[in-house]
Amino acid sequence: MKRAFGPLSFLAAVMFAYAPIMIARAPYESTMGLVQKIFYFHVPSWFAMFTAVFVCGIQSAIFLFKRRPSADRLAFAAGEIAVLFGFMGLVTGPLWGRKSWGVWWQWDARLTMALLVQMTFIGYLIVRKYGGPGSDKLAAAMAIFGMFNVPFVYMSVNIWRTIHPPTTVIPKLPAEMGGPFWFCVAAFMLLCVLLLTLRAQLEHRRAALDALYLEQE
Amino acid sequence: MLTRFLGTVLSLLPAVSAFAMQPPAPQNEFIPIDKLPPADQLPSAPLLVAAYAFVWIAVMFYLWTIWRRLNKVEAEMRTLEQRSAAGRR
Repeated sequence: MKRAFGPLSFLAAVMFAYAPIMIARAPYESTMGLVQKIFYFHVPSWFAMFTAVFVCGIQSAIFLFKRRPSADRLAFAAGEIAVLFGFMGLVTGPLWGRKSWGVWWQWDARLTMALLVQMTFIGYLIVRKYGGPGSDKLAAAMAIFGMFNVPFVYMSVNIWRTIHPPTTVIPKLPAEMGGPFWFCVAAFMLLCVLLLTLRAQLEHRRAALDALYLEQE
Repeated sequence: MLTRFLGTVLSLLPAVSAFAMQPPAPQNEFIPIDKLPPADQLPSAPLLVAAYAFVWIAVMFYLWTIWRRLNKVEAEMRTLEQRSAAGRR
């Protein structure tokens, strides 16, 4: 990954620079018009968030049951990335909703559950930072709990009545909208992997620093 | 009495449904968008630009925080290594 990091970072930068051009060329949605184009960054940011949540949850489970410190470090890195992408989704969503629904926020199933997952992972980071000794295990349990909420967030629009568009919108996207959308999804997933690698590197260096301190004592 | 009441209700029903199916009142004047109250004028472009700008700024800010934290850890490691090298001498 170390050798591929540079070229992949360059590729991600090119993709993010080209994405607005593709989005600008995509047709306007018939009822929402220009504001619907937020969709091309909003949905991929949630995809990236859910990916980071799954990485965090799975690595936390590995840490809890196999006691592998490297899994805990990767989980911590993924938890932070999940919160970053969650913030993107929670900011871009209301900007879109204000125009198309007339409100910034609606306490419906999808929005409330998405906020709960975000708060779970903010809680995870707070526990990791301020929880003191042993907090890593408590935080790992929180991450697993957060991960199991994700399928409910995804399915909530199909199960409960909400003003949020259902998941069926994406498979039915016409080609001229689907192209830019999947391009943005690829760009966000690549960004997610790169940020995760960089953030995990920071955790590994911190672990090396702690080992150095212990060696000196 | 009841029959007369039911008869009146039943005869009024088509009138009610016809009233309910009336098309909405026609727009009798055109109002330029800038004449609407500020709460009703909501252009899309600033919202779209704000959404994209937030994503870009969030990524750049996060990259900066990682870079800063990595530099701090590396500096601390260098100091520790120098100290341990000096101790060995």
